[in-house]
Amino acid sequence: MTTTTRTLISPVQLNRPRGRRAYRIVLALVLLTATAVFLGPLYWMATGGLKSPQELVRTPPTLVPAHPSTHAFTEAWSRLGMARLLLNTVVYAGGALLLQLVFCVAAAYSLSKLRPVLGRAILAMMLASMMVPAAALVIPQYLTVLDLPLVHWNLQDTPWVIWLPTVANAFNVFLLKRFFDSVPDELLDAAALDGARPLRILWSVVLPISRPVLGVVSIFALVAVWKDFLWPLITVPGNETLNVGVNTAATSMPQNTLIAGLFLASLPTLVLFLVLQRTITAGLTAGSLKG
Amino acid sequence: MTAARPGPAASGPARARAARRRWLARNLRAHGFLAGALLCFVLFTWYPMVREITMSFQRVHHGATSWVGLANYRQITADPEFWSAWRNTLEFTGLALVLGFALPFLAAIVINELRHAQAYLRILVYLPVMLPPVAGILLFKYFMDPGYGLFDQVLHALHLPGSAWLASKDTAMPSLVLVSTWSNMGSATLVYLAALQGIPGELYEAAELDGANLLQRVRHVTVPQTRLILSLMLVLQVVATMQMFTEAFVLTGGGPEGSTTTVVYLLYDYAFSYDKFNTAAALGVIMLVVLGCFSALYLWLERRGRED
Repeated sequence: MTTTTRTLISPVQLNRPRGRRAYRIVLALVLLTATAVFLGPLYWMATGGLKSPQELVRTPPTLVPAHPSTHAFTEAWSRLGMARLLLNTVVYAGGALLLQLVFCVAAAYSLSKLRPVLGRAILAMMLASMMVPAAALVIPQYLTVLDLPLVHWNLQDTPWVIWLPTVANAFNVFLLKRFFDSVPDELLDAAALDGARPLRILWSVVLPISRPVLGVVSIFALVAVWKDFLWPLITVPGNETLNVGVNTAATSMPQNTLIAGLFLASLPTLVLFLVLQRTITAGLTAGSLKG
Repeated sequence: MTAARPGPAASGPARARAARRRWLARNLRAHGFLAGALLCFVLFTWYPMVREITMSFQRVHHGATSWVGLANYRQITADPEFWSAWRNTLEFTGLALVLGFALPFLAAIVINELRHAQAYLRILVYLPVMLPPVAGILLFKYFMDPGYGLFDQVLHALHLPGSAWLASKDTAMPSLVLVSTWSNMGSATLVYLAALQGIPGELYEAAELDGANLLQRVRHVTVPQTRLILSLMLVLQVVATMQMFTEAFVLTGGGPEGSTTTVVYLLYDYAFSYDKFNTAAALGVIMLVVLGCFSALYLWLERRGRED
């Protein structure tokens, strides 16, 4: 990517012979350092699983595995119950995403366009909850899901215990509402005159133009579940997520098997990121900057 | 929304009734759209808030709940672990600010200056963010092994002394900061990069004409132009790092000698190791108050920024 706007250092300075030489040296240094710091550990993780336990602790460390074997990967897959952990995590993340899209979009649409009584107060209360650090509420939330008020259901070890709390996401509602606010009312009124009901308007008029913001919300929703640790640790001990499962198994495995397991656990999101990196990085900055 | 209007022949009261019906129908529909999210907020945010506060003034004894005033608060503050947990948490937050706040900004400035490989570097810093946290954390457990770990091997190869890393109470917390910075700095870097790309080049040109050198340009152009996003990220990071739990739980188990037991860790211990949910709730309320102040600062900064 070449930018035409100038930055800190002027192009004139860079184009002088001395500037060019300095720039090349800096560029090489930055590339080397960054690759070593960020890619190095991942390379070590990918190749570590191919080595024997003896080779892993050899001094100096080997850069390329001497006798690469995929044995550790197959063993990690079965001993960690990786298929189960992955499936659990995908179900948790997917369900959370779906519920958030349905309920947060509906709520934001209502607050933005249908203007219910007390809507402003409700939005203010939702936004106020953004000031609450999630970890501080873990105890009463845990007691709530063990015994839901009025109906007395125990949600422990069901997917609902992960799914439902994620819907109470003020940031989502706020982001979506702000986007819907920018959709001109004339569009909706035109559809209403054609006899479309609110749900129909939301589905055929509002949502098609909301793709970018829905993308941002989706990324945040998936990443949040994928990265969570404390909540699944206490609420789904019987159906562990990838994070919790890997941590539980970590103490009882040979080294190369565990490293192979770490690599397998990291692979899905890394691949997804490399495929979608443009969308993801653009979405992340858009969500945080347009304030 | 349009509804069938009563004909001109309709009398006053009938018209008022129809208007009321319309209003009612409109609100029922609007609240119907709201209901799902609202229910989740009630169940998982607002009700737990109230419950945390009431719980912190109660005790459960053989299934009977009684009010005990400030006893839970007295119990938690009498525990020496409470004070060391806050100290540890503040140490983590402070170190994470020095490293995790300055580093992404510097990285963004450097990447923004380069005319090549920008896309590659962006992907690179963001890779660790995409790992499941436990995978990244356990990876560092191997690197930090005193003796055969990669870090010590590199240090020895450079003829530098190794470190005890996680095994000593002096270096355990800085080691956790290192892990957490490596895993999380990608997101901040991308946010700063986007902000830097919005700075008009004329400002740098003008500064240069005024004879400002490189550092002065950073100080008088780059920093003021990104001040708002910097202060927002600062508050967000403080609130996030003060809730550190996963790194300590997975890497050190709160040790050595309790040097990495954070506030959230202590909360977890009180509830799930000692089964003292009410005392844990009191600690939760204290956390709410302390971090609530920081979040309020965040909102205030954001509001002020929007008025600028």
